[in-house]
Amino acid sequence: MTGSDVSKPASSKAKPGSLVARLVRVLLPLVVFAALLAGWEFVVRTNDIPAYVLPAPSAVFATLISDWDVLSKSLAVTLLTTLEGFVAAAIGGIALALLFNLSRWLEYSLFPYAVVLQVTPVIAIAPLLLIYLPQQTAVVVCAWIVGFFPVLSNTTLGLNSVDRNLAGLFQLYGASRLQTLRLLKLPSALPFILGGLRIAGGLSLIGAVVAEIAAGSAGAGSGLAYRIAESGYRLNIPRMFAALLLLSVAGIVIYGLLALTSHLVLRRWHESALGKDN
Amino acid sequence: MVSLRGVTKVYDNGVTALGPIDLEVRRGEFVSLLGPSGCGKSTALRLIAGLSAPTAGLLDVERPKTTLRGGHPVGFVFQEPTLMPWTTVRENVRLPLKLAHVPPPDSDARIDQVLAQMGLSEFAQAYPRELSGGMKMRVSLARALVTDPDILLMDEPFAALDEITRFRLNNDLLTLWRSLRKTVIFVTHSVFESVYLSQRVMVMTSRPGRIAAEIAIATEEPRAEDFRTSAGYAAYCRQVSDALAPSYSGQSA
Repeated sequence: MTGSDVSKPASSKAKPGSLVARLVRVLLPLVVFAALLAGWEFVVRTNDIPAYVLPAPSAVFATLISDWDVLSKSLAVTLLTTLEGFVAAAIGGIALALLFNLSRWLEYSLFPYAVVLQVTPVIAIAPLLLIYLPQQTAVVVCAWIVGFFPVLSNTTLGLNSVDRNLAGLFQLYGASRLQTLRLLKLPSALPFILGGLRIAGGLSLIGAVVAEIAAGSAGAGSGLAYRIAESGYRLNIPRMFAALLLLSVAGIVIYGLLALTSHLVLRRWHESALGKDN
Repeated sequence: MVSLRGVTKVYDNGVTALGPIDLEVRRGEFVSLLGPSGCGKSTALRLIAGLSAPTAGLLDVERPKTTLRGGHPVGFVFQEPTLMPWTTVRENVRLPLKLAHVPPPDSDARIDQVLAQMGLSEFAQAYPRELSGGMKMRVSLARALVTDPDILLMDEPFAALDEITRFRLNNDLLTLWRSLRKTVIFVTHSVFESVYLSQRVMVMTSRPGRIAAEIAIATEEPRAEDFRTSAGYAAYCRQVSDALAPSYSGQSA
């Protein structure tokens, strides 16, 4: 037996044309961004709009630097909350999906409540949580509530998407439940889980911000969302913008990191991580 | 080796998929189950594999002990390669031994042996998606053979392949069968494939699947590629086709 009916592993070298195409894809949004900033700066300067109405981008940037001490501390607080909420959502979502997979009864009993938790707006739950829980815990719980459902539902979907014949093979060889879970179900579900985590990352940030704003109006807190609320009361509009900018960047970085992780984990085998032409 | 007496399978929805059928397969024999799609051939194979239980009848599959560590008496090859896409060829072939709790260092030698047998040695570290359809099927076959099974159950394994690849794999399978003397039960809907490969062709009717005819293919062994173009082969193909024809009568397509 020889192996000539084989396609050689496809090489993924970029063609010269695609490099230009990729550059354009990166450059175009940047050009739009620069044009927007320039237009904004121009409108503010020519019309002498005061900073407490609309600060120019340069003023926002200057504030970002001058207030970096306060803002960076707030950023750290918000990021920590987000991270704690995200980790709790990831562990809770995956663990609950595994339990559901082991027991139909458990799934039937608890899944409706997971849905209730998901569809009730977190902004409405946050004030209640702040009454019953210590503030820092309440904020993390909010981040967890919004992040955990996509992990749960995606993991459940993934665990149920196992190839029927592969499952038959595991049965034929007398695999234990644990072996089936570890060697078949979890790897099959991995792309789905990573997809869920990618959504949960951004949502955890939103949950943290919502809870901070709710907590902020109750009079305490030091996260970025609280800075935004506080700066609003003090008409420190440039700082509002600076904090907003940081939140936005944090969201982008979180998404980017999770997308990168997903790509690195799946690149050897999953369709979603493969180039279009191989 | 394998014995079915009056075996019937009725699905939960009340449809009788199979039977009652009687089938005796001797040790080392190569038997094909041939029939139109939906005739219960795959169901019969799943019953023999123990993947589902018969509704009625007696089913007996001899399961001799193998001396191989992690050995298993039954190997199964599906129509699709059914490989785990997330891991390498080597780890796919290792799976049955891993499920039998053979630690990896102890199964390495056996895996190397099977990979070499199937012409896969240089692709051990490749991922399934990097292989052609024929190559994936070889991996699937290697995985079925790694436990040194006595019975090899094959469910239309080459149906999705192009003709050239299918012919090659047919020849490879015959070579393998001659050297290893496994009992093979081969499900197919191709008259030509069943005649080329097997010692006995069991022609099945559809819905419910019953055995309509049994045709022994007596030809000089070992068979070679020129059997495919011989007059004897053509005659057997005609005989099997004629036996198969009633299965299609009354069917519009």
